[in-house]
Amino acid sequence: MSTLLIFNIVNGLIIGAFYALMALGLSLILNLSGVINFAHGGFLAIGGYLAYTLIPYLGFWGALVAAPLLVALIGIAVERVLIRRLYGRDPLYSLLLTFGLAFMIEDGTRFIWGAQSLPYQIPAMLSAPLSSSLFFLTGYRVFMMVLVAAAVIGLFLILNRTRLGLRIRAGTLDLETVSVLGVNVRMLRNLNFGLGIYLAGLAGVLASGMLGLQPTIGDSLIMPSFISIIVGGLGSLPGTLLGGILIGVASGITTVFFPSASEAVIYVIMAAVLIVRPRGLLGEEGRF
Amino acid sequence: MNGFDINKQAANVVVWLLLLTAPFWLVSVGGYVELGSRVLIYALAAMALNFLLGYTGVLSFGHAAYFGLGGYGTAMVIKFLYPSTPLAMLVGIVAATLAAAAIGPLIARLRGVYFAMCTIAFGQVFYYISFQWSSVTGGDDGLSAWQRQPINFGVATLDILNDNKAFYYFVLAVFAICVGLMAFLLRSPFGRTLLAIRENERRARFLGIPVDRHIWMSWVISCCFVSVAGCLYALLSDFIDPRAIRWDQSGNFVIMAVLGGMRSFWGPLIGAAIFLVLQDYISSHTENWMSFVGLFFVLIVLFFPRGVLGLIKRKSAS
Repeated sequence: MSTLLIFNIVNGLIIGAFYALMALGLSLILNLSGVINFAHGGFLAIGGYLAYTLIPYLGFWGALVAAPLLVALIGIAVERVLIRRLYGRDPLYSLLLTFGLAFMIEDGTRFIWGAQSLPYQIPAMLSAPLSSSLFFLTGYRVFMMVLVAAAVIGLFLILNRTRLGLRIRAGTLDLETVSVLGVNVRMLRNLNFGLGIYLAGLAGVLASGMLGLQPTIGDSLIMPSFISIIVGGLGSLPGTLLGGILIGVASGITTVFFPSASEAVIYVIMAAVLIVRPRGLLGEEGRF
Repeated sequence: MNGFDINKQAANVVVWLLLLTAPFWLVSVGGYVELGSRVLIYALAAMALNFLLGYTGVLSFGHAAYFGLGGYGTAMVIKFLYPSTPLAMLVGIVAATLAAAAIGPLIARLRGVYFAMCTIAFGQVFYYISFQWSSVTGGDDGLSAWQRQPINFGVATLDILNDNKAFYYFVLAVFAICVGLMAFLLRSPFGRTLLAIRENERRARFLGIPVDRHIWMSWVISCCFVSVAGCLYALLSDFIDPRAIRWDQSGNFVIMAVLGGMRSFWGPLIGAAIFLVLQDYISSHTENWMSFVGLFFVLIVLFFPRGVLGLIKRKSAS
């Protein structure tokens, strides 16, 4: 029983880390640009597929570095061509546009790489279990958690220690003033979008090794990411991180006792948060 | 009565004449009666959504849930309980309306993007239920092997099962009742209050209007009518599956409303007609219809945000 419980808590932590990684990217974009990026799951899939294509040339480690960067570049291009036109308009339009993008990306990946699940090679050194008593704790799972943790720490370092991060944080609070102070807001939003998409791409490369690579890989992650943001509180990145891990672990623990409700518990948590604290756990009062 | 009102009256007459005669001219222009029924059903869903979106100014991306609840309710009653079409529809509508009324208080306080996100997330709850609870809902395969039942009026029986045209007129009658009710509500003081909230929420609040409660009521009314469309949808093909309840369905409703024109009463009908005819055409010609639908979304947002009727109104105003 206790092994099962530990197994599911660890599993929940990993899944929660993915939710958080995706939700942080969504949150970055939402906070600065007011755009809900429905196509986030699509960018995640592109990350996975690019890594799959690059592994024969660059090896796993090369792909791990290159694929998310390429996805970020695609994201920056998409922002320049499409998303940028919708800033300041009713959020309805950006939702519809990213909705359409999600369709196109899913169909596009299916067209290029096929609908069936693709085999995804992870290095042998990562796939072996670490110890015999904790058999489920493969190197890959530990590696994923470490990498997600590193990405999150990296993100918070960028936000708190660099000039770009300072501007992103300031822009989240009051974009107009930031613009008046001479910051190129268009460029700022562009880079910020790229940063958010980079996180989606990274999540894609990692998730493909665990969930299997198929065009709909992002579908099972996008809704929990939304809920991570709602639970954690709009406008708060630490809140988003907390929300993601919280619902991941909660759904892991529920799997032990009541497997069919593992998905439902996420929504129960969301409803509870909305009743007790509509702004989310760490959200600011009156922001939305 | 000024010229604009006369135009409006004329438009109403034209719309109803076209709808009443549709089964007779649809085939000669390359359509079929079932497509006509489908346009009416989706138009009702999009108009119901527009009650909230266009007239209250609140963005919901989760209406597919209540559409699907209506549909599943109808299908389950006929399949498991009692073979009566009106009873089945009633159960579906009540179930969906109750669900919307229960979820409403959680989200009526929220605005803008936050409201949209929460409606999407709550909508997915019902998708997962329909998908997971396969012993009752049939899971991924959906609910089939049941049939809509002829309606017995006592003096006469309307055979909507075997007669396509009879079913079309049944759908049209339900559509007319719902649309009439919505038009009535929008013209009532309640509807005017919703418009006031849309135009300036803060001012409405200062006037002492309980804004959150009005948004909740508008949400419940909108979900109730969308569930009627869901019932008809299940009856149309004697089938319902989780795809009817998924988030992309909600997106379809929104794009229909936007494409036709959110700020006009008949806009969503036009949007639904264009969307479904295009979808019918594209999906019979290519397997990659998803890309085309996606591209369609993007193009409308970029070049056509006011919709067909919005464009016409603007032209005639200038």
